[in-house]
Amino acid sequence: MRPLQAHTVLHVEPPIFELGAAGRSGASLPEMDVPEIDPGQEFGVDVLRCEDPLLPEVSELEVIRHYTRLSQWNYSIDEGFYPLGSCTMKYNPRVNEWTARLQGLTDIHPYQNDDQIQGALELMWRLEHALAAVGGFARVTLQPAAGAHGEFTGLKVIRAALSARGERRRKVLVPDSAHGTNPASVAFNGFAPVLLASGEAGILRPQDVEQALEREGADQVAALMVTNPNTLGLFESHIAEIAKILHSAGAMLYMDGANLNAIMGKVRPADTGVDVMHYNLHKTFSTPHGGGGPGAGPVGVTEELARFLPVPVVERRNGRFVLDYDRPDSVGRVRSFMGNFGVLVRAYTYLREMGADGIARATELAVLNANYVRARIEKEYPAQYGGACLHEVVLSDHRIEKETSVTTLDVAKRLIDYGFHPPTIYFPLIVHGALMIEPTETEPLEEVERFCQAMEAIFVEAHEDPELLKHAPHSRGVNRMDEVRAARKPVLRWRPEASDS
Amino acid sequence: MSGYPEDLRYTQEHEWARVSGNVVTIGITKYAVEQLGDITYVGLPREGEEITKGDVFGTIESVKAQSDVFSPVSGTVAKINDPLEDNPEYVNDDPYDEGWMIQVEMTDPEDLSDMMDAKAYTEYVAELD
Repeated sequence: MRPLQAHTVLHVEPPIFELGAAGRSGASLPEMDVPEIDPGQEFGVDVLRCEDPLLPEVSELEVIRHYTRLSQWNYSIDEGFYPLGSCTMKYNPRVNEWTARLQGLTDIHPYQNDDQIQGALELMWRLEHALAAVGGFARVTLQPAAGAHGEFTGLKVIRAALSARGERRRKVLVPDSAHGTNPASVAFNGFAPVLLASGEAGILRPQDVEQALEREGADQVAALMVTNPNTLGLFESHIAEIAKILHSAGAMLYMDGANLNAIMGKVRPADTGVDVMHYNLHKTFSTPHGGGGPGAGPVGVTEELARFLPVPVVERRNGRFVLDYDRPDSVGRVRSFMGNFGVLVRAYTYLREMGADGIARATELAVLNANYVRARIEKEYPAQYGGACLHEVVLSDHRIEKETSVTTLDVAKRLIDYGFHPPTIYFPLIVHGALMIEPTETEPLEEVERFCQAMEAIFVEAHEDPELLKHAPHSRGVNRMDEVRAARKPVLRWRPEASDS
Repeated sequence: MSGYPEDLRYTQEHEWARVSGNVVTIGITKYAVEQLGDITYVGLPREGEEITKGDVFGTIESVKAQSDVFSPVSGTVAKINDPLEDNPEYVNDDPYDEGWMIQVEMTDPEDLSDMMDAKAYTEYVAELD
């Protein structure tokens, strides 16, 4: 395995503000054919700006070239292996894009009458019930616009249910391996997060939950929020017993469904005692990662909690689909209209394309790929928590750091020279120098093997030429970034004076 | 293992405390600093704030992670190390002096009895590696 030669992409590109020339424009407007108004007179002179805004003055071709060049610096799943653990960079099948562009779904408006949007309502109804079947839940809301928004909504439902019982519980237990959004969603709902330490095997132990309930007051704890499998890629095998302990104390079990792609079609979370769970459609059901853009985080709940879900819900009555707003116990709306509908169309397409057997097979392949990586390179990069993993494997820099001066960061940067996107690093926090690798189910064996060979080659390089790794990557226009300076003194805005220097 | 100052007391979460009468100066240990890597931000409480033993009083962000800092004692925040706002690297460069975080007027000196001395902390850290 050899690193790539230098990239041929042009890597010098000034900000668009520094391109073009004064007066250049990419658009030609027709002569004005309405009377000109005096904005000062209309709105008052005090709100008028005195200088022209500093907008780029560029031609259409300059704009196209500028952004096309920038896009070539990007890396995507369509280009190569993208083992970014915890994020699940799943391939987005092209058929999803075809259905999402069907005219009957794009040329409608949420304010149209139910009668005119039966197809869209049916799609939502079918998606809701398909997701409910995967999770084992009674009902699902499709409104939340992202995973963390789903967490927020799910905890809101729990809070409403506790209120309806006349209870005021204000603490939520969160394991130390949790995604950072979990404690944040807890705090956003007016609960206090209480940290739970993972046991030595990397999973929660029933006695730890019992002790936490005792310590925090059994009547004070609203819920436990757990990701299953957790961020170490390990299945929380005591989950059913933990659910019983919580339920007998009057608390609920919230499952973060971020890693549902590791068990879908195999385990229905509700069967393990989960009361509320959110689904990340971009992680489990192959919708695009939005980089903060459109996402979807539907929330599934048990029969007991269904009346608290956000309004509206889609119901089927006499063969027609209607939006039902008449739900007095609902927590209300959490998102305008129907959530990110285009994302829902893609997830529905994936589910229909795969079928029940297909999603179970995807789970098997995701787990197989991760375990292949583990078995191939754990000698060089030992796992802190040993044993078989599920959809992702968390390795460490224990050995490489002890034997050389190289750390996880250097390994990750060097992978870029081999043409791979680095895995997630330094997360979860409870693993020393974590390398969190998630190949996903679509990755062919040959590609996973190539990645393992690169990791082995880097291990050898670390011993023979550690300096090479410390300055990696070497094959890109921009090599090792000064991450410390970027974090301490970030430059977030272009300013004309800065361009002079 | 590089020596941990003898005059300080230590917690399992890698905070140190320097006791002077009723006032306790608190920071994080060299071990914590090495684990965190380059520190990019230090979040501190306000002076006059009440803090409780075992509770989070501050946050530290590094290029690797964000971590909470826990108070080994209960009391009132008498002083904070303001310069850390603009110079978080002090914690990396000099964790026991220039990189101190807060001074607390403690309510119960008995709180300190749960802390380790340098020898016990050195052994504790050795076990972690």
